[in-house]
Amino acid sequence: MSEQAVTVEAFHHHDEEGTRLGFWLFLFTELLLFGAFFIVYGVYRSAHLNDFKIAAESLNTGIGTTNTIILLASSLTMVLSLNAMKAGRVKLAKSMLLITMGLGTTFLIIKGFEWNAKFAHHLFLQTSAAIAEGKGSPLLTPGPEMLPDGQVLFYGLYFIMTGTHALHIIIGAVWMGIVYFWISKGSINPDNAGVLERCGLYWHLVDVIWIFLFPLYYLVA
Amino acid sequence: METASSTSYLNSHTGSRWTTGFMSWITSTDHKRIGVMYGFTMFSFFFLAVCLGFLIKLQKFYPAASGWEIIPVEWYGSFFTLHSVIMIFLFIVPGAPAVLGNFFLPLQIGAKDVAFPRVNLLSYWLYLFGAIMAVVGILLGGADTGWTFTPPYSVTTRTISMFGTQFDSVSWMLTAAFILGWGTILTGINFIITIHRMRAKGMSYFKMPLFSWSIYAASWIQVLATPVVGITLLMIVLERMMPVGFFDPNKGGDPILFQHLFWIYSHPAVYVMILPSMGLVSEIIPTNSQKPIFGYKSIAIASCSIAGVGYLIWAHHMFATGMSDVASIIFSFLTFFVAIPTAIKVFNWIATLYKASIALTPPMLFALGFVFNFSIGGLTGMFLGSLSTDIHLHDTDFIVAHFHYTMFGGAAFGIIGGIFHYFPKMFGKMYSKKLATATFGFMFTGFNALFIPMFILGFYGMPRRYHTYPDIPLFTNLQQASTIGSWILVVGVILMFITWIHGLRKGQISSEENPWNSSTLEWQTASPPTLYNFDEDPIVTRHPYDYDAFRAEVKAGTSKGARDE
Repeated sequence: MSEQAVTVEAFHHHDEEGTRLGFWLFLFTELLLFGAFFIVYGVYRSAHLNDFKIAAESLNTGIGTTNTIILLASSLTMVLSLNAMKAGRVKLAKSMLLITMGLGTTFLIIKGFEWNAKFAHHLFLQTSAAIAEGKGSPLLTPGPEMLPDGQVLFYGLYFIMTGTHALHIIIGAVWMGIVYFWISKGSINPDNAGVLERCGLYWHLVDVIWIFLFPLYYLVA
Repeated sequence: METASSTSYLNSHTGSRWTTGFMSWITSTDHKRIGVMYGFTMFSFFFLAVCLGFLIKLQKFYPAASGWEIIPVEWYGSFFTLHSVIMIFLFIVPGAPAVLGNFFLPLQIGAKDVAFPRVNLLSYWLYLFGAIMAVVGILLGGADTGWTFTPPYSVTTRTISMFGTQFDSVSWMLTAAFILGWGTILTGINFIITIHRMRAKGMSYFKMPLFSWSIYAASWIQVLATPVVGITLLMIVLERMMPVGFFDPNKGGDPILFQHLFWIYSHPAVYVMILPSMGLVSEIIPTNSQKPIFGYKSIAIASCSIAGVGYLIWAHHMFATGMSDVASIIFSFLTFFVAIPTAIKVFNWIATLYKASIALTPPMLFALGFVFNFSIGGLTGMFLGSLSTDIHLHDTDFIVAHFHYTMFGGAAFGIIGGIFHYFPKMFGKMYSKKLATATFGFMFTGFNALFIPMFILGFYGMPRRYHTYPDIPLFTNLQQASTIGSWILVVGVILMFITWIHGLRKGQISSEENPWNSSTLEWQTASPPTLYNFDEDPIVTRHPYDYDAFRAEVKAGTSKGARDE
């Protein structure tokens, strides 16, 4: 380019409603992503109905219910945080956000104990290489002790789907940490709370997905 | 100091502190720069894939008995896999939306940029990262699954590359496709919000140019279909890493389920490939006919109904899998439905030409080539949508010819025609029209010489994906005709690049020029456009293809027309 390069003021376009609309579309793609998992679950459940029932009975409904209550409570605190922010009560908003993060972390810890209990019963996924070395779960890999097909699929889907959901919880919690930092710095404030609102929307999505995971794995045994 | 309203986007940009050089491009959030970067990257990959296609055809020049071996038999699968992965994931899916959509959607609707410029740049980075990952992956590991990654083969295969290296390239390519998918989704969201929220004053939905309409329809498909295939491909990665048995019949899984999930995306995706090209043709034909497009509203609605119906016909890829007869009949029936809006468009284009003063400019030649090739591609699709003929033609060269007629003769001709159409607008340069016309001549001749024999070959039973064929005169003659066609096509592709490079170096034109005398809004800015596209926010008062009003405006001096008028 022969002409002298120039620096110009960046183009500032701020359209809160457009951003919100775009974020809703993004949330919809997340739903579709889990939708594929739910289709796979539905197809295999109808193909192996009895095995799915037997395997589902091994999941601890008490723990599942506790986790559901925790996530629902965290959705409530998230809304309270946003409301407090909109009302100008920044301190309250920050503490509500912290509680939400804490509840999310509690969910993960409980989930961890739940998974650990399954591992103790030799129910776990292992890499192909480790399976080749004979370190795979005797119940879920081909061998004399292998469970019936439907149960193998059930546990596989259980680990993958709750694992993907847990990954979303982690992302949500990290995002809340960043939002907390921005609130402290003042770049998120009562007049500019869009990011907090979108973080909340994301958290509700994670919550809604769990609302579907919970009955499918714990209740319809 | 120059201001944003007077400086070209080639000399200034937004988004980072770098003002010149490579960094000022790779960090720019300006939609025009991002479009140009996509174009450069995409056509580099396109050229690589054309070379692979050339070698694949060369391999077929002599039958098996001759001992002719350009590509060793154990690499042949990797060659066509890399050819198809590049052409589909790196060129034709993001092709028209990412290059011309990025550049021209905001210009056509009178916006300063897309809705989320930084997300737009992120999409490009995701694209670049995924593209490099896919190509490196296959070069180091030699994946040979084809672009459809159908299990159980894609789960069990452990390939070795042509350099002898062992590498899990199937997982790499699947992960790359997942990353590319997120780039596509974000672009789609960006365009939908841009169209909903950023149209200029007076630009109602039915005053939008048809390319914007087609981008709108394609964006919805991108947003609604890509996540499903993304997670499905990740399921294959998971299967390879830690076997669950998702699609493994030994563990009660169902491989057919994968094909359903895959085609739920990948069939609508063919409309992501073709719709923007149809939009470009809908721009080129009225411009070079100098009259309003016939049936503007029906074309806009047809774009959306193609997107809608395209969603419901995925299983016509699976007639030979042993799916239930009822499902097959329903999907076959629905497949014929998509022909209706497609045919509406073709008839509208032809009707636009009626009694028009047609200028056979290079973009117009490509647009007419599109209509011709795409009609053949679409009608042979009807053969494949019929259950009984599909069983005969399934997995033969007939299919290969059919989708190349829609994807290369259709979509790629549309993209290339679109670039010839918009080249002066993008760079303020004009290419040699003689070279461009010769490019079209070689590409059109070569393309048809390459793929018409493949229809006949397929009809007589030549399977696709085969390394070689028996020495039957019918096969040998047609294969050789097809290979010679590929040489002509490659000459055309090389000539295309020469035309562009020559045009970029030599063809300076006035920044005020509207070389095709086009009536749509994007031609009213400077060429190349200034940083914020329009000096003043435009106010739209008339229909985009109202040539009578446009000629009056040019006469009155309120709009830019071609200089010789």
